[in-house]
Amino acid sequence: MIVLQHAALSTSRSSRTVLLSFVALVLAVLQGCAMSPNANPRDPWEPFNRNIASFNDGIDEAVVKPVATAYQHVTPQIMRTGVSNFFGNIADVWSLVNNVLQLKPAESVETLFRVGVNTTIGLVGLIDVASELRLERHTEDFGQTLGYWGMPAGPYVVLPLLGPSTLRDSLSLPVDSKGNLVGRVDDVALRNSLITLRLVDVRANLLNAGRLLDAAALDKYSFTRDAYLQRRRGLIKEQTTDVNSEDERYDLPAPGQPEVSPADSKNTP
Amino acid sequence: MTLNRRLLSQFLTASLGVMFLLSVPAARAAADGPDEMIRRLSTDVLNNIKADKDVQKGDVSKITAFVDTKVMPNVNFTRMTASAVGRNWRQATPEQQKRLQDEFKSMLVRTYAGALSQVKDQTVDVKPLRAGAADTDVIVRTEVIGRGDAVQLDYRMEKTANGWKIYDFNVLGIWMVETYRTQFAQEISARGIDGLIATLAQRNKSGSAEKKS
Repeated sequence: MIVLQHAALSTSRSSRTVLLSFVALVLAVLQGCAMSPNANPRDPWEPFNRNIASFNDGIDEAVVKPVATAYQHVTPQIMRTGVSNFFGNIADVWSLVNNVLQLKPAESVETLFRVGVNTTIGLVGLIDVASELRLERHTEDFGQTLGYWGMPAGPYVVLPLLGPSTLRDSLSLPVDSKGNLVGRVDDVALRNSLITLRLVDVRANLLNAGRLLDAAALDKYSFTRDAYLQRRRGLIKEQTTDVNSEDERYDLPAPGQPEVSPADSKNTP
Repeated sequence: MTLNRRLLSQFLTASLGVMFLLSVPAARAAADGPDEMIRRLSTDVLNNIKADKDVQKGDVSKITAFVDTKVMPNVNFTRMTASAVGRNWRQATPEQQKRLQDEFKSMLVRTYAGALSQVKDQTVDVKPLRAGAADTDVIVRTEVIGRGDAVQLDYRMEKTANGWKIYDFNVLGIWMVETYRTQFAQEISARGIDGLIATLAQRNKSGSAEKKS
């Protein structure tokens, strides 16, 4: 539930302190967990993560997903698009900061134009005029900035309610939350409504992806983890690994063996 | 002597003619770079999806037929499956290997049928190929551009005697083979190759029986 990460980004200062201490506590506990012999090197805390992941799934199934599904059924598409655009614009502001921190002039300028155009012509972000103008969105958060400058991701961590993350990205959450404008709204009721709305919006946008995940994965936990880590690496490097295949060719006979299996010579229809 | 020479020359001409006929398609295929091939294939697939109502409705059997005729000839699916299964592939019998391929393909089609049915007015932008002319293993990068967003879609391709074949693909930064390798490895270590086949088969059966809203 990457979803709730967004909600956490705009809590009030005292809640932020609570959040930070909670995250620190979780990480401290994880440090003490013994590594199992079959541990995946990128996921040394797997048993713990699995527990948290199923806890998150439970809450998702019980509360978040039904609300998001209802939201999708009840609100007209145009309104939902407006909501997504509005929050996307706010996120673009923080992306601008991070693009600058990563010394990316082209992306920074483009993001600046995005925010400028969408806030003015796009009616405070409700209409995504910038995308019509082919101004690409370059989403960046502080974890990506740290990664860009060489900080390794660290172990995979599933945060309670917040979902997949890494050690580095978890520690960046407080910084991200400072960068989110919704958190600066003074009126508590309004701020909480905005947070809830954004949460529902993000979850609704992820409903299709969730269905795809259920269909594609044999084991939802490891699929989510591997996909998340790959994607995160890709976002930071902006490019996937280059021509690989240092991988062994299992479809060909092992080196030194003359026999060719009949299945190899069969060509796909 | 004369008869033999005439026969010989006729035979030579005929052979040259046949060789010429056979080589023309091969030459065309060889001249097609991998990025050009992907561009043709992507445009072809998109146009066909937009024109086909059944595919848009998510009809799985129609999509499977569509994938079999249009897409699979350009894929080295054996290599894709073998890479995902890993070292256990060599321990599998030919029958197990065939079943693995069939079930894996079924699962991929069923999974991505939903994505295909969402295609409305997307276009594909093939990035310039970053590879030497003599390379036989390349990555072709493309973007599927819809309203407001661009989805990264990359292909790993190898050059074979029958032209360029896809053996891995990447959506949104996630390489398929690498992801499924972990999935399959877990299943095989718990239940063996037959267990993996059974799990895939069972998911495919229950998946097609379900109607997802």
